Amino acid sequence: MLLAAPLVAVGDPGSGTSIFRPASSNALAVHRYSLFVLGITGAIFAVVFTMLVVALVRFRRRPGDDAAEPPQVYGSEQVEVAWTVIPVLIVIVLALTTARTVFEVQDRAKPAGALEITAVGRQWWWEFRYPQLGIVTANELHIPVSDAAHPAPTFLKLQSADVAHSFWVPRLAGKTDLIPNRVNETWVDPHEPGLYVGQCAEYCGTQHAKMLLRVYVHTRVDFDRWVEDQRASSAAGEAVAAGRRVFETTACLNCHTVRGTVGNGLYGPDLTHLMSRETIAAGSVPNTPDQLRAWVRDPNRLKPGALMPAMQLDDHKLDALVSYLLALR
Amino acid sequence: MSSESLPLAAAGAGTDRRLRWLETLHGWVTTVDHKRLGILYVVYGIVFLAVGGVEATIMRIQLAVPNNHFVTPQVFNRMMTMHGTTMVFLVGVPILFGFANYLVPLMIGARDMAFPRLNAFGFWATAFGGLLLYFSFLGGEGLYGAGSAPDVGWFAYAPLTARAFSRGHSTDYWTLAIFVMGLGTIGTALNIVTTTVCLRCPGMKLTRMPLLVWMMVTMSAMTLVVMTPLSAAQIMLSIDRYLGGHFFDTQAGGSAVLWQHFFWIFGHPEVYVLIIPGFAFVSEILPVFSRKAIFGYPAMVAATVGIGFLSMGVWAHHMFTVGMSSHANTFFALTTMAVGIPTGIKIFNWLGTLWGGKIRFAVPMLFCLGFLFQFLIAGLTGIMLASVPFDWQLSDSYFVVAHFHYVLIGGLVMTIFGAIYYWFPKATGRMLSERLGRWHFWLFVIGFHLTFDTMHIPGMLGMPRRIYTYEADRGWGVFNLICTLGVVFQGVAILIFLWNVARSLAKGKIAGNDPWDAWTLEWVVTSPPPAYNFAKLPVVRSRRPLWDFKHPDDPDWKYE
Repeated sequence: MLLAAPLVAVGDPGSGTSIFRPASSNALAVHRYSLFVLGITGAIFAVVFTMLVVALVRFRRRPGDDAAEPPQVYGSEQVEVAWTVIPVLIVIVLALTTARTVFEVQDRAKPAGALEITAVGRQWWWEFRYPQLGIVTANELHIPVSDAAHPAPTFLKLQSADVAHSFWVPRLAGKTDLIPNRVNETWVDPHEPGLYVGQCAEYCGTQHAKMLLRVYVHTRVDFDRWVEDQRASSAAGEAVAAGRRVFETTACLNCHTVRGTVGNGLYGPDLTHLMSRETIAAGSVPNTPDQLRAWVRDPNRLKPGALMPAMQLDDHKLDALVSYLLALR
Repeated sequence: MSSESLPLAAAGAGTDRRLRWLETLHGWVTTVDHKRLGILYVVYGIVFLAVGGVEATIMRIQLAVPNNHFVTPQVFNRMMTMHGTTMVFLVGVPILFGFANYLVPLMIGARDMAFPRLNAFGFWATAFGGLLLYFSFLGGEGLYGAGSAPDVGWFAYAPLTARAFSRGHSTDYWTLAIFVMGLGTIGTALNIVTTTVCLRCPGMKLTRMPLLVWMMVTMSAMTLVVMTPLSAAQIMLSIDRYLGGHFFDTQAGGSAVLWQHFFWIFGHPEVYVLIIPGFAFVSEILPVFSRKAIFGYPAMVAATVGIGFLSMGVWAHHMFTVGMSSHANTFFALTTMAVGIPTGIKIFNWLGTLWGGKIRFAVPMLFCLGFLFQFLIAGLTGIMLASVPFDWQLSDSYFVVAHFHYVLIGGLVMTIFGAIYYWFPKATGRMLSERLGRWHFWLFVIGFHLTFDTMHIPGMLGMPRRIYTYEADRGWGVFNLICTLGVVFQGVAILIFLWNVARSLAKGKIAGNDPWDAWTLEWVVTSPPPAYNFAKLPVVRSRRPLWDFKHPDDPDWKYE
């Protein structure tokens, strides 16, 4: 069973979160090392398992046995030394290979042109800041692809605004925790464009399960276009002025920022380019007009325990506000 | 010692049936007899095993299919927290201390524990701690109307436990309950160490003590070392919450990582505190049913004490993802893997004990053999988790959940069942049914493997632990469904076990003093033993006094 499990996992090309489908050199180093450890533990398992089965079959009491006790053996120095020394050697090998991979992955130097991102864990969503580019977004991380010809690794600074969280996108890298009062680091350099999913991996309260994480890896050209779009101010025009007034005159602006308005709250996700995201509520539901309306009406119905309060807007104001949000491209 | 009676009885009312019932109750409540306290501990643990099992079942039903709405996230998180806390503090520790209480004095030829009253205090403190924890379901609302039972997880990482994130009193119930249970546990651990050091019968040198006694004394000494930082941390957390302290309060500059260090310097040795008594049961049962002396006794003792020491230096392997330096990560990987060496020695010595024996597959032996296979796997997944880079992927995933349930159910609970089948005749005078025992064993093993073998897979497919639901497109659904199905088998097995106990208490076969043809001192006395254990203190000349007695022509002491 133990041996079958990883085979099943490796063999499932459909899983977007399998640790055995690495897509970044970080995850790849871990993956290669993991196979080595699996090999060693698998071999130990096979040997000891066989010895146990042999002992049980060979030395079982048989129906015709006399009542006499078997010869009493109290121990054997040679045998005991042997089965002490062999595990010691295995431990030495494992510890040395562990050290090599730990230093290789954890202490990798940041190259000069690396993209820097600050990820902030919050109950229960992710904030992503791009200090070099002046972009702030939420839950959906966009990074460039990194291939051998044009290496473009992304280095993440991990922080938390409230409790402990953990950043885990299995195909890109192992976990690193986001802990308040502390700055942790991790890096990824995905080799193929695409969408990589993950989620918070440290229990962080009621909605830990719905603190999902989406990483979009773009070709260089697409990434530059995304950056350009994000840096522009949102194009919400006069047509949605009524909704903008609702946003600016209710408590929305205490928590949310929309660049170009008086709303500059920092507690909730930045909404400047809300409609550039495919999901809302930290990946829990697709970002469609209906879901957006349901979310604004009562966040706790979509995500029980969510910290955003229902604003008790009447239908008229709600419609206006939602059409304003829909214009935040 | 249990002959104290109500004053009512003295007034001549003892013949009244109702009062006799009261008198029995009074006898059990006021007892300071180590055997009665041992039984109380074990029964208490089994009751909470059922409670913790119900909590686990609720979680498994919720997770059986993606996006399920069986319970709310709040309820799920409470179940998750209460299940973990219950199983460690109200099931594992009491059952093992119960066995230590019952067996250590008998096995070293003593008439009771060194401090009988402290012993009673230990049990009742633990018992009230458990009630305090469960009272949170009623009282946890506190003044703020927030929360009910604690929902911060069984290791309650800061700052989730700060008042800003955990309003109401649920976390306070958790903190105080663990503190109170800790006091009882420390008392009992002290008692076991003292008893072993001071009350051994003539001839019972340290090198002649049964392995069970060695392991229980190691476990107790470890408890003394590790319960104290946990209790200190609980006090610090209370100071944070109510007296303006900032130990773990990150908003005021406290350290969240400090809590993790405090918790795991308790938490990891605690795993060994739990599993070493499991080793103890196996080390007693395996030789008797192989009809051979334990292989390599001195190495077994050294390995046990070695695990005790090494386990104090491995705690940060729970923290490979918190951003420790690469040197610290490597150090804790090395110490953790090093624990594998004495553990390997033990497995090989048990194998050596089987080798050349005449193995009888009675129910206690079946459970011990199940343990051997399952603990082998648990140890190997432990090596994977000790391998830091692998752990970056596996940590806090369902792989870890599968791993420690392999240790605690596939390892510990199996040996506890084995121990109950083995010593039940001694404690009650009646045998448990072998036929029902086999049903219990096989159903439990099938259910265990369905649930926990399968559980490794979603972990490797990226499923984090402690999530109340998951997305359908992740491919975790079918594995979770199989995990949940396994619960049915385990549940039926437990019901068969409880039925077996109830039935055998009433009409089980009479056991006699020594139903297994065993070799340690508890089998000399009647079943159940008299309150004073030994009318005349025994004198021993070897590790297997009853072997010497049964084989005067070929006694053990000739070879030691």
